[in-house]
Amino acid sequence: MANEVILLDFWPSMFGMRTRIALREKGVEFEYREEDLRNKSPLLLQMNPIHKKIPVLIHNGKPVNESVIQVQYIDEVWSHKNPILPSDPYQRAQARFWADFIDKKLYEAQRKVWATKGEEQEAGKKDFIEILKTLESELGDKPYFGGDDFGYVDIALIGFYTWFPAYEKFANFSTESEVPKLIAWVRKCLQRESVAKSLPDPEKVTEFVSELRKKFVPE
Amino acid sequence: MNQEEQVKLMGLWGSPFSKRVEMVLKLKGIPYEYIEEDVYGNKSPMLLKYNPIHKKVPVLIHNGRSIAESLVIVEYIEDTWKTSHKILPQDPYERAMARFWAKYVDDKVMLAVRKACWGPESEREKEVKEAYEGLKCLEKELGDKLFFGGDTIGFVDIAADFIGYWIGIFQEASGVTIMTAEEFPTLQRWSEDFVGNNFIKEVLPP
Repeated sequence: MANEVILLDFWPSMFGMRTRIALREKGVEFEYREEDLRNKSPLLLQMNPIHKKIPVLIHNGKPVNESVIQVQYIDEVWSHKNPILPSDPYQRAQARFWADFIDKKLYEAQRKVWATKGEEQEAGKKDFIEILKTLESELGDKPYFGGDDFGYVDIALIGFYTWFPAYEKFANFSTESEVPKLIAWVRKCLQRESVAKSLPDPEKVTEFVSELRKKFVPE
Repeated sequence: MNQEEQVKLMGLWGSPFSKRVEMVLKLKGIPYEYIEEDVYGNKSPMLLKYNPIHKKVPVLIHNGRSIAESLVIVEYIEDTWKTSHKILPQDPYERAMARFWAKYVDDKVMLAVRKACWGPESEREKEVKEAYEGLKCLEKELGDKLFFGGDTIGFVDIAADFIGYWIGIFQEASGVTIMTAEEFPTLQRWSEDFVGNNFIKEVLPP
């Protein structure tokens, strides 16, 4: 059976990056289609009518939405290589817990860092660093969040790294000084082909965020 | 493998999140020890030990190890006790759809209903509209099926327990009306079937 995989995405999206990495980890051939979020394609609106958001994974014409759900789907369909979730139920639960933590806590905090200023931004920055420290503590001395193997939580988190220079620029801090072990983990992940191919240049992301920030924080 | 080892659940009697886990344990026939937590008053040292990150319930403790976040716990139970009442479908695409709708209930619908009923007056109209639209999407998704999971109670039904039971209470208590039997005949019918199920009935608060 022919496997047709299309990914509707937006290049700086840390969520889209997750799905790109998962597909590449599994060696799945896919067609990447860039979406203009100010002018969403009819296909996007048809395949994700509820949220109208990217990423959208279309496998043999059927859509799967939400990045964490896509990553699990990819893991289950292409189960023959590079498992993403651990096989042990307890380890799987821990992986799901931490990905949920990233989605619930990190995303909101990072938004305040680049989209606000003054007191709100300071509070956001404090929260953001706190959350990174929690994640660093969870990583501990392990090579990856899941242990010896690159997996679900690593995939959930790594895309945010491309936004770090932007956060550092606008909120004036250094992630390397705050969470050096986490940055070491970033460098290890970047050595993986699936990650290196899926992440945009952080400099380009910073340019993009600068433009975006103007809409939220008029100078 | 002997799975009769200790299962404990730290919960809150009125919480739909807590009840989700209890429902699944009952449906699967898994014996457990229930520990009521005074979440709003005095969080116990046990809670702080087993869920240091969020300090919330429900928390499942199995063989001395803890799992937090209700839907994460439900998936853990499904992964561990494979033989009885399946909560998730076998097919990866169907599983992805179930996870999508459960997330939709959690992220959109429950939040909107809460904000509509308990949020500031100024936001009320907007939140009621959002909650209404969210419920309409669910009504459409349920369609002709007996349950969201098909013939049996599944992941989305469990996630939507709030709609089955709590929404009526919230509406009464807050005076805000979002879901009526006339506007949502399918969800109304589902509610009655869901709440009427023997296992579900057993865990619902009085």
